Amino acid sequence: MTQTDTLSPSDIAQTQSGAEILLRALKEQEVEVIFGYPGGAVLPIYDAIFQQNAIRHILVRHEQAAVHAAEGYARSTGKVGVVLVTSGPGATNAVTGLVDALMDSIPVVCLTGQVPTHLIGNDAFQEADTTGITRPATKHNYLVKKSADLARVVHEAFYVARSGRPGPVVIDLPKDILINPAPYTAKPAAAHRSYRPQTAPDGAQIAKAISLLKNAKRPVIYSGGGVINSGPQASDALVRFAKLTGIPVTSTLMGLGAYPSNDSQFLGMLGMHGTYEANLVMHGSDVMLNMGARFDDRVTGRLNAFAPNSRKIHVDIDPSSINKNVAVEVPVIADAGLALEAMIEAWHADPATQNTAALAEWWAQIEAWRAVNCLKFRQTTEKGGIIKPQHAIQRLYELTREHEAKTGKPTFISTEVGQHQMWAAQYFRFDKPNRWMTSGGLGTMGYGLPAAMGVQIAHPDALCIDIAGEASILMNIQEMATLAQYRLPVKVFILNNQYMGMVRQWQELLHGSRYSESYSEALPDFVRLADAFHGVGMRATSIDELDDVIRAMLAEPRAVIADICVDQTENCFPMIPSGAAHNEMILGPEHGTGLNKGNAAGLTDEGLVLV
Amino acid sequence: MSNLQDTAIRSATISVLVENESGVLARVIGLFSGRGYNIDSLTVAPVETDRARSRINVVTSGTPMVIEQIKAQLDRLVPVHRVADLTQDGPHIAREMALIKVVAQAGHARTEALRLADAFRARVVDATTESFVFEMTGQTDKLDAFVDLMRPLGLAEVSRTGVAAIARGTRVI
Ligand SMILES: Cc1ncc(C[n+]2csc(CCOP(=O)(O)OP(=O)(O)O)c2C)c(N)n1
Ligand SMILES: [Mg+2]
Repeated sequence: MTQTDTLSPSDIAQTQSGAEILLRALKEQEVEVIFGYPGGAVLPIYDAIFQQNAIRHILVRHEQAAVHAAEGYARSTGKVGVVLVTSGPGATNAVTGLVDALMDSIPVVCLTGQVPTHLIGNDAFQEADTTGITRPATKHNYLVKKSADLARVVHEAFYVARSGRPGPVVIDLPKDILINPAPYTAKPAAAHRSYRPQTAPDGAQIAKAISLLKNAKRPVIYSGGGVINSGPQASDALVRFAKLTGIPVTSTLMGLGAYPSNDSQFLGMLGMHGTYEANLVMHGSDVMLNMGARFDDRVTGRLNAFAPNSRKIHVDIDPSSINKNVAVEVPVIADAGLALEAMIEAWHADPATQNTAALAEWWAQIEAWRAVNCLKFRQTTEKGGIIKPQHAIQRLYELTREHEAKTGKPTFISTEVGQHQMWAAQYFRFDKPNRWMTSGGLGTMGYGLPAAMGVQIAHPDALCIDIAGEASILMNIQEMATLAQYRLPVKVFILNNQYMGMVRQWQELLHGSRYSESYSEALPDFVRLADAFHGVGMRATSIDELDDVIRAMLAEPRAVIADICVDQTENCFPMIPSGAAHNEMILGPEHGTGLNKGNAAGLTDEGLVLV
Repeated sequence: MSNLQDTAIRSATISVLVENESGVLARVIGLFSGRGYNIDSLTVAPVETDRARSRINVVTSGTPMVIEQIKAQLDRLVPVHRVADLTQDGPHIAREMALIKVVAQAGHARTEALRLADAFRARVVDATTESFVFEMTGQTDKLDAFVDLMRPLGLAEVSRTGVAAIARGTRVI
């Protein structure tokens, strides 16, 4: 404690209430928007918000959605997203969003109301042990017990949320702290006492990495969300490094957009529903450069069969991500952008010549894998023909490209969780970072609509589309009301297969096609639902209606729900079943294999245990 | 790097210098329970005159990869200043203190308990005609051995502090 605990009368005369001090600190942190929902414990903050204009408040319809909206805002801008919720149920409702942000490393500051300090621990009305509950749900959390700490804690929370590996931070604010006068302290110039993450790479490690890559015969760059989090200049550096070296690039679900997907060096996404070429390149590689990814189980498949002959370089800003799942030869603790810049320099500085002959051979092999065309599907063009979900995404992509070229408005895509999410990752192609928001680590159904809302707030003129499933969308459908209130023209593009498709797919594969509780019974009429929420509803039931509906959706200035009725039996391929290796991938029916029962290569009881 | 592949379990005494703020111990314990790491012993107390920082000593066990992971996970907690693996970093001293109650009326048991206490350099800090309380400081295994010896002699209760540890020589955390 550096400040005095008690304030003298003259201090109090000059100071403002805790709530006003809070807003002053938020302004100094350049906060523009708060996503929130009021309640008794935070009324002083709402009163202070009422009396100012610098910070805009967006009233959501559920606290979980407030956090996802802040995530969408953060992911599409690179700024910290801010949330405000009341004590007790307000805070507990926010928990799913916090864990989501934690798993995907998204910077969020969440302000939670709390009962007055003298009531803490008494089971007071709407009291919850918020710091206790959110401790494993956040990167860090604070309970402000003294007015003198308030401003400092706010500044520190923003620093922690955005520094190193970003993440959510909770500040629990007892009501008396908000009402009582508090002193203001400006953003500190000095470094944090204990939290100072390393961002600059170690030169010797970079040199080792370059030496491995120059001598590689079958190299691969496995790029992840860390490149996105590092900022657009890191994506730019990734492209320069890939072009300089000619090394193939694959990306995780979180990293899509960092490398332009239409570039010939891009192999598509890797992992459970990754492309054939991406997974076989990983499996066959002799040197792997992991740039800001974390060897997640969705990516590695069976660990003891993961890229067995590769020497691995792992660049990560979080030292605890290194050697967690996979032991690596060259760890580099650094920000991805700084590491890539250093690698470009080191590549030029290293006198060794690259093994280009081997690389050319590697590319010949890759082209052969590519020729398999693993994402191929058959769409009937007959009038009245059923829409394949893959085709719906592909047309959505093509028509938004046209729309973007015509209007100059960028397209941002969010998703819910399920098959539609994987199809979006496979068939929608991203050229720029920060345009793709999906719940990767937690896999939170209900993420997409509020996330798109947050994106639309940050980019009022952009085209924001939530690619949804009919089951997921119902998990935060109430946010349609928020869209109406703020006239946010978000487009909800539902791939309606009347099933929790991803669940159904697993039941087909692993549980003898016993479709236990995965049918979406008693669905609402989404067209009328849109109408009820002051939006516009549209529906396509056959292939000849699809393009018209997409075009109408893109032209519509209001919020839209487009109900795209798709093939209910379609499965998502390629697929590496849990517990299988990258080279034990199952391809779709177009490849004569498909999801015949018992055909899941490498599937063991051990795999069945995995999710 | 090859030792990371080692599957043998090793014990590690890890010292963590933390900001002395509320919830910091819960954070450390939550990290161990949440990620399924072992805690064999844990001690915590402020170690600076202004009580600004505390030292947590954890004795844990795991494969080398897990121990490295535990250290990295500890190090990234916001209020953590420094993490030292005393077991790996060089020679160190690890001690704990125990209070051991033996209830015995029989002359043989009483004399035997006293004789062993003497051999182990345990001090008698309380005595009645029916009981002794011994105080003993030493390494964990020495304390374990003494407690085992007391068992047949009327061991009634044990209270232990857990391990405090520090590096030998001039090295500091
Ligand atoms: C909150 C939450 N509950 C449950 C799940 C498990 N889950 C994953 S995908 C899925 C089905 C999603 O169905 P839908 O939204 O219709 O998408 P589809 O797979 O059909 O495209 C479920 C239930 C989850 N990911 N999140
Ligand atoms: Mg569905």
